[in-house]
Amino acid sequence: MTTTALDATQPEAALATPSLARRTLTVFARNKLALTGALVLLGLLAFCFLGPLIHPTDQIHTDLTQASLAPGGAHPLGTTDLGYDLLGRLMYGGQTSLEVGLAAGLLATLFGTVYGAVAGYFGGWVDAAMMRVTDAALAIPALFLLVVVAAIVTPSKPVLILIIASVAWLSPARLIRGEALALRSRDYIHAMRLMGGGGGRAVFRHIVPNAIGTVIVNATFQIADAILYVAYLSFLGLSIPPPAADWGSMLSAGITYTQVGYWWLIFPPGIAIVLVVAAFNFIGDGLRDAFDVRLTKN
Amino acid sequence: MTDSLLRIEDLHVEIAGRGRTVHALDGIDLDLAPGEALGIVGESGCGKTMTALSVLGLLPGGGKVTGGRILFDGPRGTADGPTDLAAAPEPVLRDIRGNTIGMVFQDPLTSLNPTLTIGAQVAEPLLLHTRCTKAEAWEKAAETLRLVGMPRPAERMKNYPHQLSGGMRQRVAIAMALVCEPRLLIADEPTTALDVTTQHQILELIDELRERLGMAMILVTHDLGVIARRVDRVAVMYGGKIAERAAVRPLFATPRHRYTQALFAALPERATDGAQPLATIPGLPPSLVTRPAGCRFAPRCGFATDHCRTTEPELTADGATGAAGHTFACFHPADPAPGQDPTAEVRPAAPAAPPAGTGEPLLRLDGVAKTYPLHGGPFARRRGAGAEVSAVAGISLTVRRGETFGIVGESGCGKSTLGRMVVGLEAPTGGTIHFAGRDIATLTKRELRAHRRDVQLMFQDSYASMDPRMRVSAVLREPLVIQGIGDRAEQARRIAGLLDDVGLPRGAVDRYPHEFSGGQRQRLGLARALALSPSLVVADEPVSALDVSVQAQILNLMRDLQRDKGLTYLFISHDLAVVRHLADSVGVMYLGKLVETGPAERVFARPLHPYTRGLLDTVNAPDPDAEQAGTPLGGETPSAAAPPSGCRFRTRCPAARELCATTEPPVTEPETPGHRVACHFPLTSEPAGDGAAPTAGPIQ
Repeated sequence: MTTTALDATQPEAALATPSLARRTLTVFARNKLALTGALVLLGLLAFCFLGPLIHPTDQIHTDLTQASLAPGGAHPLGTTDLGYDLLGRLMYGGQTSLEVGLAAGLLATLFGTVYGAVAGYFGGWVDAAMMRVTDAALAIPALFLLVVVAAIVTPSKPVLILIIASVAWLSPARLIRGEALALRSRDYIHAMRLMGGGGGRAVFRHIVPNAIGTVIVNATFQIADAILYVAYLSFLGLSIPPPAADWGSMLSAGITYTQVGYWWLIFPPGIAIVLVVAAFNFIGDGLRDAFDVRLTKN
Repeated sequence: MTDSLLRIEDLHVEIAGRGRTVHALDGIDLDLAPGEALGIVGESGCGKTMTALSVLGLLPGGGKVTGGRILFDGPRGTADGPTDLAAAPEPVLRDIRGNTIGMVFQDPLTSLNPTLTIGAQVAEPLLLHTRCTKAEAWEKAAETLRLVGMPRPAERMKNYPHQLSGGMRQRVAIAMALVCEPRLLIADEPTTALDVTTQHQILELIDELRERLGMAMILVTHDLGVIARRVDRVAVMYGGKIAERAAVRPLFATPRHRYTQALFAALPERATDGAQPLATIPGLPPSLVTRPAGCRFAPRCGFATDHCRTTEPELTADGATGAAGHTFACFHPADPAPGQDPTAEVRPAAPAAPPAGTGEPLLRLDGVAKTYPLHGGPFARRRGAGAEVSAVAGISLTVRRGETFGIVGESGCGKSTLGRMVVGLEAPTGGTIHFAGRDIATLTKRELRAHRRDVQLMFQDSYASMDPRMRVSAVLREPLVIQGIGDRAEQARRIAGLLDDVGLPRGAVDRYPHEFSGGQRQRLGLARALALSPSLVVADEPVSALDVSVQAQILNLMRDLQRDKGLTYLFISHDLAVVRHLADSVGVMYLGKLVETGPAERVFARPLHPYTRGLLDTVNAPDPDAEQAGTPLGGETPSAAAPPSGCRFRTRCPAARELCATTEPPVTEPETPGHRVACHFPLTSEPAGDGAAPTAGPIQ
């Protein structure tokens, strides 16, 4: 009796509704600023990884005959003090910055999320022990740690990624632990325990997916931070040694020539860093809004 | 009709939301004389709260009055004509709110400011609306608080809202509404968030104050029991329109609109025979996004014809109803033949009654107790801060296979904690729980996992109990996956079967929980609880969040499934009518103790414990002629952190004597076997004390 009634009043009941991911994207796409951020990021990625195909340059061998040329002619953005084409170097250095930033940010988020979710879900002394570890690590200034480690080991891309991630995972860990603490007392976790489910299922099937909004938003900020860390380290001369380059080391090299007025050595890498960090932040804000509304009825 | 205090004429309200407009009110006409009490009833989403809010100009964001007038008699003491509140500018409305119209909201906690003392909050309307000094306002506030029954008001005025109980907070909210002596009080579900006994006290208080101050009242509620003896006239709303309007007695005696009739029929109180299924209203209330052409109730009405679906009925009266002013918007009104049971026509033929639980004991609790340390955290215990909350204090009971055991009690009596211990979400701090003859505390991890299949919990809030990121298919498959039952195809087959069982379309698997209505979610919750074919289902307030018509659907469904699958229910509820309808045996809990247990009909017909008696006397029967029997319970439940010595109920008990304070009452069976009570002076037919020789022993 009631079955037919429900069918009659809800003829659309048989239709599948769009997935949560699709609805998130729809809301995200409506946010102009976030969409701009995404487009800027795509543009930068294309510039760094596809650009060299259109504008091939030699970034290995120095050419002192072409040193410190102002923009124009064969070098649209001029050359560096060692004769590298700056436009090409911006692409080449951007690859390092973006690769290290993305990898370090994602690694930190991944590890931090699992660490925090486990601590938050199990609670008690597990939580206490795990969180004291993060507290202790947070008490050490990140830059100091980075400088020390970078001074001991010779940085390469994988080393740089590990160093930055080892500092950056602390904040997502704390954030997700807080989420997990709230989520673990939800009725659907109780329901799952009553079915006989264990901790692994709770953490990976329920807590992490339900904290995914926080996780993804945090990941975008982590990536932005990681790109800045790369820049800090290279600026201090502790990055991957030449002839490799990244935006931070380019900035650092350019600083030497401010007095001489070689502006083209400073503005392009500086603007690139600002652009990519701002883009990631806009994307993060947009995603946060998108995750907020998508579970509401429309 | 010039003497009316408030007259609403053809009021239309629309609420603009994201990309769509909800026609919340569609032509409301109401009339209220000075000093009159009007009840507005209806299910959630029917527009009853919107009506109340539009009078005060407090519509939610996006809401606006799109037509009609709200005429309110001019300010007290002046000869002004009526003010149209729908068109009045904000300053005029501000002058009226809290001054000549007072308002009481549902949740007293959120309607009070947690950072201000209650004295400041009660005095605030006076300072806003009258020329008085702070001292005068404070004095008047104290007087008003005394009026609403606040003990020691002068001291309590320095308290903050969180220091008061729910009932006391609602008294403060009422004092705030009354401090300027309004001519009209609007109470929107004023007692819905409160316990039965507190609810009764607050309603009595409002009644008495209305009489004393001579003010008019609009009481908005979904609870037919609340309005039955509290108002003069009732307006029944459905789908943003008024379905029926009448004086309270004719309405309850001879409802004419088919919706009103069905609403009454769905009440568990009206189903006198517990074996009968409740009459239900199929389907759901309309969404109000579109304005349907015909009668709004037509899609759910068993009497609807094509005429109903195309033409909208007007509010009219016919000669059949004697009382004047009884109007209804229905083409096929119910026959008002006197003496006829208004529910008889719509009740479907009843299948045979389910066999009462006579099987072997399935669940046995022996002295089960649960205490929580008052200060949590890993360091609190080490310091030995001895303060504890005794949530459940030694409960012994037996649930037989195939029966429904109802647990009733007010909030904080420990009934939910008991349910959580039975399903194994919490471990008892004392006593044992035997399930099917085995102590569940001794089960190995592996046995416990298998045991999970046998005991499942049905949550009060099904929405919260389902992962919002999972589709229904994943929600229902989870128990099967965890227990490793079947392959994917087998699981899909089972899920389809479960959806059939609970009366949901199979297409539901591709949707998310938030896309379902409350009743449908409760069906989903039941489906998931049944996925593992349990023998015991603990249902913790499964219908308390639902509207009456939907509640009846769920209760019938639970009963049908019990019959088909041989389920045993431990049914936890604060609602006596629901428990009375469904349960074979009941246990009444008070402050962590089981005070009375026995066959449902015995306990409800001849309660032995004064608390049970008091609870039954306190219930608001949906009948305007019901005499207030006996003495309803007064006072408030003491804190479980410091329970009274001896009998825990003695502080509120009308029959308490010295013995009650010193000795915990033994459990006796003074009248019939199986009907046990924990009281020194049970309410037997014989004078207290010399009834049948008490047979001491634990309640089993």
